[in-house]
Amino acid sequence: MSTVDVRSATGERLDALRAGEGGASGRAALVGYLPVGFPTLPGSVDAVRAMVDAGVDVVELGVPYTDPVMDGPVIQRAVDVALGGGTRVRDTLAAVEQVAGRGAPVLVMSYWNLVLRYGVEAYARDLAAAGGAGLITPDLIPDEADDWVAASDAHGLDRVFLVAPSSTPERLASTSAASRGFVYAASTMGVTGERATVGSRAEQLVADTRAAGAQRVCVGLGVSRREQAAEVARYADGVIVGSAFVRPLLDAYESGDATGGIDALARVTADLADGVRSAVRGER
Amino acid sequence: MTARRGAGPSGTPLHPDTAAGPLATHAGPYFGDFGGRFVPEALIAALDELDTEYHKALTDPAFGRELARLHRTYTGRPSPLTEVPRFARHVGDGVRVFLKREDLNHTGSHKINNVLGQALLVKRMGKTRVIAETGAGQHGVATATAAALLDLECVVYMGEEDTQRQALNVARMQLLGAEVVPVTIGSRTLKDAINEALRDWVANVETTHYLLGTVTGPHPFPEMVRDFHKIIGEEARAQLLEEIGRLPDAVAACVGGGSNAMGIFNAFLDDADVRLFGFEAGGAGISSGRHAARFSGGQPGVLHGAKSYLLQDEDGQTLPSHSVSAGLDYPSVGPEHAWLHDIGRAQYRPVTDDEAMEAFRLLCRTEGIIPAIESAHALAGALQLGREAASWRGDDGHDPVLLVNLSGRGDKDVATAAAWFGLIEDEPVVLADENEQL
Repeated sequence: MSTVDVRSATGERLDALRAGEGGASGRAALVGYLPVGFPTLPGSVDAVRAMVDAGVDVVELGVPYTDPVMDGPVIQRAVDVALGGGTRVRDTLAAVEQVAGRGAPVLVMSYWNLVLRYGVEAYARDLAAAGGAGLITPDLIPDEADDWVAASDAHGLDRVFLVAPSSTPERLASTSAASRGFVYAASTMGVTGERATVGSRAEQLVADTRAAGAQRVCVGLGVSRREQAAEVARYADGVIVGSAFVRPLLDAYESGDATGGIDALARVTADLADGVRSAVRGER
Repeated sequence: MTARRGAGPSGTPLHPDTAAGPLATHAGPYFGDFGGRFVPEALIAALDELDTEYHKALTDPAFGRELARLHRTYTGRPSPLTEVPRFARHVGDGVRVFLKREDLNHTGSHKINNVLGQALLVKRMGKTRVIAETGAGQHGVATATAAALLDLECVVYMGEEDTQRQALNVARMQLLGAEVVPVTIGSRTLKDAINEALRDWVANVETTHYLLGTVTGPHPFPEMVRDFHKIIGEEARAQLLEEIGRLPDAVAACVGGGSNAMGIFNAFLDDADVRLFGFEAGGAGISSGRHAARFSGGQPGVLHGAKSYLLQDEDGQTLPSHSVSAGLDYPSVGPEHAWLHDIGRAQYRPVTDDEAMEAFRLLCRTEGIIPAIESAHALAGALQLGREAASWRGDDGHDPVLLVNLSGRGDKDVATAAAWFGLIEDEPVVLADENEQL
């Protein structure tokens, strides 16, 4: 894929955490997802800042989309509210600007048609200008991503593609080669949402993806509790949490509590951040 | 008649890309700039398996024999070709109109052609469960039927609004042993049913096949579904040659996702003198914004795994579509249609709800055939074409011949039509529309 030598903001952050900074022992990162515009535009910016202050290392900002096929009910409902409130794609770039520069790289998670419509090159330019680190693309595989590979190289952005338990060794290799920052390993065959257990295939998938050439692999889908975070942090470079962070905001929104959600979000974040820090790292 | 490859009906050159080979056998994943596989990585292995198994089946005589046997003994193929002179009088002076009677297939529409093909593939792949989306219910009924026939577990996702518009088809699917899941998120129509089916597929792909009902979606669906439906055009072509000794001047079909249209167009794609017309749902009119006319009111974009023309806003958010016909109520269209549109091989025009319902009534009264409201859009298109048909006579002065795909029958639409024409007091369509939201 790309032979261009581009520094990866997300990769450098993950490497620093793994090496251990300020006397702390090395650990995996906590990657936190929230959708822009939920419950409101300023409300979502406040929530992301609270999440970073409570221990999230890398931010994944979701762009609301009408047809989020990789998302389960919690995120679907939040995104519906964000769209109903009139959230625009350009608002998400403004949100990147408002949450960047706080020590946590900011990745944007977007379904592909929104980027396509904006213009792939224009989106990369504006995302970089807003201080964003790159893009996570749940419905774009490297095979269809020539324009995005070129634009992300030109603007120094990370490109996080996904692998799944169903990926063949060949696809693990090609997806790892096309990714920059990290590879997003789906812990299970399914969509986003809180689950009682993290897929048993996740650890093997991380090992296989590394063997296929990936520098860094983070695990997402289904991680919602401290013990799960600790378990995944043992073998992955990062633990990605989405629905469990949206849940307290959604509960507050649906019970008419405008501000209570942020405090609850901060508590959930601190708990999961503790889980990541308590992990006993496996040998790499 | 000799086909002038690489030239349009008026002799104008087609897109340079098409000079390479016959249009009829064009393979995916790309149709010009359209098509592709814009899906989560988790589905790629299943799509690869499907593509491999499909192409193996194509060269396996046993597969072809079994599908042909089912079509002969179960579907009721070949479907008849019916000339409709009393209807044709309303189309234009001297114009002859022939209907390809897919409405007479088992389950009442063309959908069974694709469903039986895919269901046989499911058995070959050793999967035990099929899921499907449905709008009008025709594809859901066909899938439930094939699942019963071939002993497969079947779950059908259907937008809640559509379950109300098509309550009879919901009962039909349940009688056939399928589970019908009403989809209550988003616009609660076909596109949301597809979202739910895709989510189910990602989670259950090892045991489950997504029996997609039209020529949209990621590769290999557009190519494969077209191939399972091309029997429509192949039969019609042979039937017309036998009946009148020549090819039609034009072929008309309605276009939702576009499977019945691709099915009848395919056999004529390389006959440059045969004009091809697809009729989209113009709903309440293009200027109203309440329609499903992707070529008149959409732009290229990605939805449900394929790049094609799409109803979308400035940001790329999918816009809700509208049509009196649930089966045409979809914001995107098959990528091969997008390609045929761009290279000028087929023309796509909108037909409003009003025009479709007038054509519906006209066919009922002149020919004793109650069409599906989807198919009534093709009939309304034929009435529009009547104004240009006189110019098709050519040097030999023959009567213009128009072939229309009657893709389905209207039993499922009787309640909607009765309300539309004021035969009963209930107006389910209007009530449902007022609840429409993003």
